[in-house]
Amino acid sequence: VFTEEDKYGLYSNLLFKYFLAEGVVCGHHLFVASAKEHPDNILKELPAPLLDDAYRNELGEEVTAVKSEDFQDSMKIAWRYQNLPKMEASPTTSTKFGHYYDVSKTMSPELLQSLKWHSFYLPEELSLQPNVKTCNMNSAYTRLLQSLQRIIYQEGFDGSDPQKKQKNILRIGIQSLGSVLWGDDICSSDTPEDIHSLTKFLYVLRGLLRKSLSACIITVPAHLIQNKAIMERVTNLSDVVVGLESFIGSERETNPLYKDYHGLVHVHQIPRLNSLICDVSDTKDLAFRLKRKLFTIE
Amino acid sequence: QGKFTLLRDTGTDGSFLVHHFLSFYLRAGCKVCFVALLQSFSHYNIVAQKLGVSLTAARERGQLVFLEGLKSCLDLVFGEEEEQQSGQPSPLQFIRERASDLKALFDFVRTSLTPIGGDSWKGPVLLVDDLGVLLSLGATPVAVLDFIHYCRVAVCCQLKGNIVVLVHSGEDSEDEENELVVNSLCHHSDLILWVEGLATGFCKDVHGQIKIIRRVSLELMAEQDRVQIYQYKIQDRNVTFFARGLSAAVL
Repeated sequence: VFTEEDKYGLYSNLLFKYFLAEGVVCGHHLFVASAKEHPDNILKELPAPLLDDAYRNELGEEVTAVKSEDFQDSMKIAWRYQNLPKMEASPTTSTKFGHYYDVSKTMSPELLQSLKWHSFYLPEELSLQPNVKTCNMNSAYTRLLQSLQRIIYQEGFDGSDPQKKQKNILRIGIQSLGSVLWGDDICSSDTPEDIHSLTKFLYVLRGLLRKSLSACIITVPAHLIQNKAIMERVTNLSDVVVGLESFIGSERETNPLYKDYHGLVHVHQIPRLNSLICDVSDTKDLAFRLKRKLFTIE
Repeated sequence: QGKFTLLRDTGTDGSFLVHHFLSFYLRAGCKVCFVALLQSFSHYNIVAQKLGVSLTAARERGQLVFLEGLKSCLDLVFGEEEEQQSGQPSPLQFIRERASDLKALFDFVRTSLTPIGGDSWKGPVLLVDDLGVLLSLGATPVAVLDFIHYCRVAVCCQLKGNIVVLVHSGEDSEDEENELVVNSLCHHSDLILWVEGLATGFCKDVHGQIKIIRRVSLELMAEQDRVQIYQYKIQDRNVTFFARGLSAAVL
C-alpha cells in the first residue's frame, strides 16, 4: 500500500499509525522502519482502539450529523443521481472489518506488551555495519531489504518452516521512503544520481511480500519528488496507491465546498489480484477530516 | 505467424489482455515462454483457471516456460555468491550491473522457445508482462529495444513464432524513457491493441475502450492502417466487447 504524503506529513502519518494499530489489535507481527522517528516512539503514539459499544456511540454522533446535511444538497445536482445509493458512511453490523480508533488517546502499554515486533531505525542500523551496496541500490534500502528478508525467513512468514503451526501475518510500515534521510536524492535534486534505487527497492520488496504472509504500507513525500516519471513507475509497481492532499495553506482551504473537510483522498490505484476484475467502489471523490477523536474518509 | 502484437494501455489496466493471450495460445497448443515481471505465478494461474487453463499442468508438460520475475530477482539479490557463479546466469542479471544489456534475458527466451527434438508444439510464443518494469529496474531504453529486436529476429523470423508484449503509456506521462520505448514499438508492431479508460470517466458497465489497429501499412506501401474501436466490460470469467454506445446497460 503506497501513500503519497500530504505536504506536512500530518495526515499520512495518521494513516500509517492506523495501519500499525490495526496490526496490534489483530495480533499480527509488526516491522516498523523509519529514518527520522525512532520506531519505539512511533509505537507509543499509536491511536487507542475504540471497543465495541464505545465506537458505535462515537460514530453515531458523527454520522447522523453528516447524513442530514448533505442529503438535501446532493439531490439538487442532477435528476439522474437521485436514485443512486449514498456511500456507506459506516459499516453494517454484519460485516465487521477492521477496528475504529480514538486519535485523541494513545494505545495503552498493556496492549503493546504482548506485541511481537521488529524495529528498523536507520541511524542505528547504519552505525552497526559498514555500507553495503547490492545491485547498485542505495545502501539504506539494501540494509532494509536484508533486514526484512531475514525476519521473514527466520520467523517463517514465507512458509519455510513447516513446523510452525500458527501462521501469522507480518505488517510492515516504512515511513517517508525516498526522502533525503534514506540517503536518496530524488526528493532534493532535479537530476538525481540514481533514479532507479527506489523502484528497484520496491520491486524486491514486492517479491518479498508476494512470497510471504505480509502486507506493507509505505509513505512517500511524493510532492518533493521532482521527477514525475519516478512516481509513475512507483505507481505501476504498487498494488494500492493513495494520495492525500491536505488543504493546509492551499486555496482550497477557503472553498466553501470543502469547509467540513481537511483534505482530499486520491485513489490512484487499486489492486487487481488473482482476478480479472477489481473492486471499484462507486464513489470516487473522497475527502477526509480529522475531528477531535475520529479520522474519517467520506 | 511471425507477428508482433503490442498491448498498450492508457489510464486503465490492460492486463486482462495478457490473461487472454496466455490462455488462448496455451489452448491452441503453442509453446509459450511467459516473461511475467509484475505478478506472481499463482496470480496468473488463478485467473487462467477461470478461463479454463491450468498453468501448473502446462508447465509440467513442458508447454509453458514461466519466468517469475519477482522470484528471480529475489534469488539474485539474496542468493549466495557461489550458487550464482556455478549455475547459469540469472535472466535478470542486468539488475546487478550498471550499464548492462539484456542479453541474459534474451538467451533465456531463445533457449526456452528453441524446439527440442520430440517437441510437438505448434509454434512458439513469447509473452511479456510488462516491459516497463525493465526500465524501472535500471535497463536503458536502448537496451530494452535491443532486447525486443533480438527476440523478433529469433522468435518471429527464425522460429516463425509470435510475440505479445504489454506496455503502459500515459497521456500526460512524464516518463520520457517509457514513451520512447512505447512509440518505437508501435512503429514496428503488426497489430496494436490499445486499451483506454473512457474519456467521460469511470462507468460501471463500460470499463473502457479498445482500439484495434492492424498495421497494414507495414506490408503494403499505399495502404492505411485499419482501425476498429470497441468498448468492453470485464467480468469474473470473461470480457465482453460491444460497439461503442451499445453496452447492455444502455440498450
